[in-house]
Amino acid sequence: MADKVLDAKGLNCPLPILKAKKALKEVPDGGTLEILATDPGAVADFQAFCRTTGNELVEHSEEGGVYKFLLRKT
Amino acid sequence: MSEETGGNAINPNTMSIIVTKGSLDWAYPPFILSTTAAAMGLDVTMFFTFYGLPLLLKKLDLNVTPLGNAAMKMPMMGKHMVMPNIVAAIPGVDAMATKMMKNMIKNKGVASIDELRDLAVEADVRLIGCQMTMDLFEYKHEDMIDGIEIGGAATYIEVATQSHINLFI
Repeated sequence: MADKVLDAKGLNCPLPILKAKKALKEVPDGGTLEILATDPGAVADFQAFCRTTGNELVEHSEEGGVYKFLLRKT
Repeated sequence: MSEETGGNAINPNTMSIIVTKGSLDWAYPPFILSTTAAAMGLDVTMFFTFYGLPLLLKKLDLNVTPLGNAAMKMPMMGKHMVMPNIVAAIPGVDAMATKMMKNMIKNKGVASIDELRDLAVEADVRLIGCQMTMDLFEYKHEDMIDGIEIGGAATYIEVATQSHINLFI
């Protein structure tokens, strides 16, 4: 169970990233943020976001057009 | 004398953007990139000049024109349509195209420019309005949103010398 869940479904680039950045502020260090999105571009973007910011992309998956990302704040 | 290096190395997490266009479509790239870069931990500066300057006005009035825009192919009835210039020149067509674009933006979950600009301000993106453009097109500082700076070419060049990424849009 993630420390916080962000529903970014229906939002297009760059809103899922911008809202995730905001939501991460409410996650303690070492805590996790789960993001739900429908933007297919979010898959590449969350990987790039994590590589650049040092946050860990623990896992990502897709089911029925909804992408799920689990980020660990570092 | 050797050039100073090392100690003066530019922070890789810095970006500047010169914003020169203020139509509804062209307002997107600079604001999308500045807000995303800020979210990724970069220090970002935007310099608004010429037709980009009105993007700092308190009240945004953004429009798009299909006139002379051969690449503007609007989705329509399952196809993509380019509007002939002679049609695009008819009064009212720009307003219609703007309305269509705004509807598409809303329906596709794309942020509005107002929203992206608010997010840029919130993320401490440094916003600089061009003094010469303000004089040229008769804009007043009080017409602009709060928290912006006013400066000229030298102000931007100083920023550029300290930025790892410098874009012109």
